Amino acid sequence: MSDHRDDVAHLLLQQEIQSFLYQEAELLDERRYEEWLALLDEDVRYWMPMRRNVKFGELEREFTREGRDVNWFDEGKETLTRRVQQILTGVHWAEEPLSRICHMVSNVQILDVKPSAAAPSEVTTKSRFLIYRNRVETETDILVGKREDVLHRVDGQWKIRRRKIVLDQNVLQVKNLTFFF
Amino acid sequence: MATGRRYRGGLVDLGTGLISREIFVNEEIYAEELDRVFTRAWLFVGHESQISKPGDYVVSCMGEESVILCRDREERVHVFLNSCRHRGMKVCRYDEGNTPVFTCPYHGWSYATDGKLVGVPYFREAYHGKLDRSQFGLVEVAQLATYKGSVWATWDPKAPGFLEYLGEFRRYLDLTLDGWDGRDGGTEVLGGVQKWLIPCNWKFPAENFSGDSYHNISHRSVDMVGIGPSGSGRRDTRERLIARRLQICFPERGHQTGLYVLPKDQPTPPAYQQSPVVSEYFRHCEEERRRRRGEWGRVTGSPGEVFPNTALHPRQPRTFAVWHPRGPHQTEVWRWYLVDSDSPPEVKDFLRQYYIRYSGPAGLTEQDDMENWNYAHAASRGTIARRYPYTYEQGMGFEVESYEWDGLRLPGSVLDITEAKSSEHNLRNLYRRWAEFMDAASWDELATWRTPAP
Repeated sequence: MSDHRDDVAHLLLQQEIQSFLYQEAELLDERRYEEWLALLDEDVRYWMPMRRNVKFGELEREFTREGRDVNWFDEGKETLTRRVQQILTGVHWAEEPLSRICHMVSNVQILDVKPSAAAPSEVTTKSRFLIYRNRVETETDILVGKREDVLHRVDGQWKIRRRKIVLDQNVLQVKNLTFFF
Repeated sequence: MATGRRYRGGLVDLGTGLISREIFVNEEIYAEELDRVFTRAWLFVGHESQISKPGDYVVSCMGEESVILCRDREERVHVFLNSCRHRGMKVCRYDEGNTPVFTCPYHGWSYATDGKLVGVPYFREAYHGKLDRSQFGLVEVAQLATYKGSVWATWDPKAPGFLEYLGEFRRYLDLTLDGWDGRDGGTEVLGGVQKWLIPCNWKFPAENFSGDSYHNISHRSVDMVGIGPSGSGRRDTRERLIARRLQICFPERGHQTGLYVLPKDQPTPPAYQQSPVVSEYFRHCEEERRRRRGEWGRVTGSPGEVFPNTALHPRQPRTFAVWHPRGPHQTEVWRWYLVDSDSPPEVKDFLRQYYIRYSGPAGLTEQDDMENWNYAHAASRGTIARRYPYTYEQGMGFEVESYEWDGLRLPGSVLDITEAKSSEHNLRNLYRRWAEFMDAASWDELATWRTPAP
């Protein structure tokens, strides 16, 4: 009977986390950037390493290191807030006119939950993303990869405490990264 | 490859300041410049700190072509074309690592880190022991130079040596490579080379870094939100209120940079004020620099370019960027970021974070540059568009050859833009040299400084 309750708790948590990630994507695609910022913890770390081609057996060198190396992103809420403010100036030419962006989020897995699925306060979750960006006339980019998030509950609301973004590219195939992952 | 086009006084007319859009979008001109510019000029390949131990290698690019930068067992630095001599396969498809040999995946030829062909499968049987292996080592650049940690190479054996190629521009390149306290060398690159594609001709970013001080307006959104290391704007700019602001170039060499010169006996205004530790580090370094360099310590750099495609910025952010051509309509950017090797970890970390939020594809400032280069290029490709040359006439004729201010003489052809705000002096210099490379049959015509004008 207790196993069954655990299963149900996990299912409900899975559903809750998926809904959270879908709602987050909705805010970004609907350009509700300030509401999106509110989903980020004040101490959020937002990290997207670069990826090297390395020999088999040396895969520990594949990613640039958080807090040590040059990365695509390695920042906190202050810089993320500046990014949002920049888009909202209306003269950020790389996003003016605004791009049409669609976040597809899938393969949501719960990797860890603390203290329990029945009373979760912190969740580690992994998901896949496919981000479609179309801007001006025919300019189109598709970026695919994985995210690993640590979410925690603050006053009944999930917040993103940490996001690791793994883009499945070596040479970045887009001219700029003006959008959020 | 002679297409019969004339560049000096033709497509690049510096008498009128008009430059044809063809040089940015035309496929034939592109093929010609790969040959005339990229096989003859000195190109930035990487940094010695990327290959500190014997056997260390990184893959880099020269023009469109992949090269291997490595350190052999005797610690000598080499740059090889990354292509097997047997059937052309890339012998190295890793970005970096350490190896005793590069083994081609296709037929198994292997090369030592000094380039020698050391392994040929079935050498005795299939080649009957007759292949002259000494003739089939990896193709090596004609000349290689390491300068204060930076590594440069050229495919042309007749090119002048690297220091002669630099000429007096060396002093300005030093601003990027020397320690901020004025020590010779003393910089290292941060781990991780940014590599990304932008849809424009390589000369758009090259001219931008050569000294397009006119495009400040395009970065208004960053200035409004503030990402600078003292908490506002995008850079520390207080020295601009008291300094002379100059554009400096070397007409015979094709190199150029922006520069600030502070008044005599006036300290450098405080910078990096978001962090007391970083601010104090730079205050100390400024003092040391004045002590070591004397009057020259009053000089700080802004963006510049070593001809043809290596951009540098000595200060904020401290960087080398190489604009690799990828067809007339595309550029692959490679970006290295530098810090003082012996600066405290907190300083390196602060700068790293600032560099990333400023530069590169995710940089709040450079995102807008890429947009502008993208659509400037795209809107110049049309049959009608190509009929209308760009104008580069800003400040024409206002340069001086022996500039001196407040007791400091500055080498180069100088245009003081303190009052003028902007000029296209340095941009003209880039295209002047580019046109000379395109017209010249060989280095005999290009090394004009060796034969003084009559």
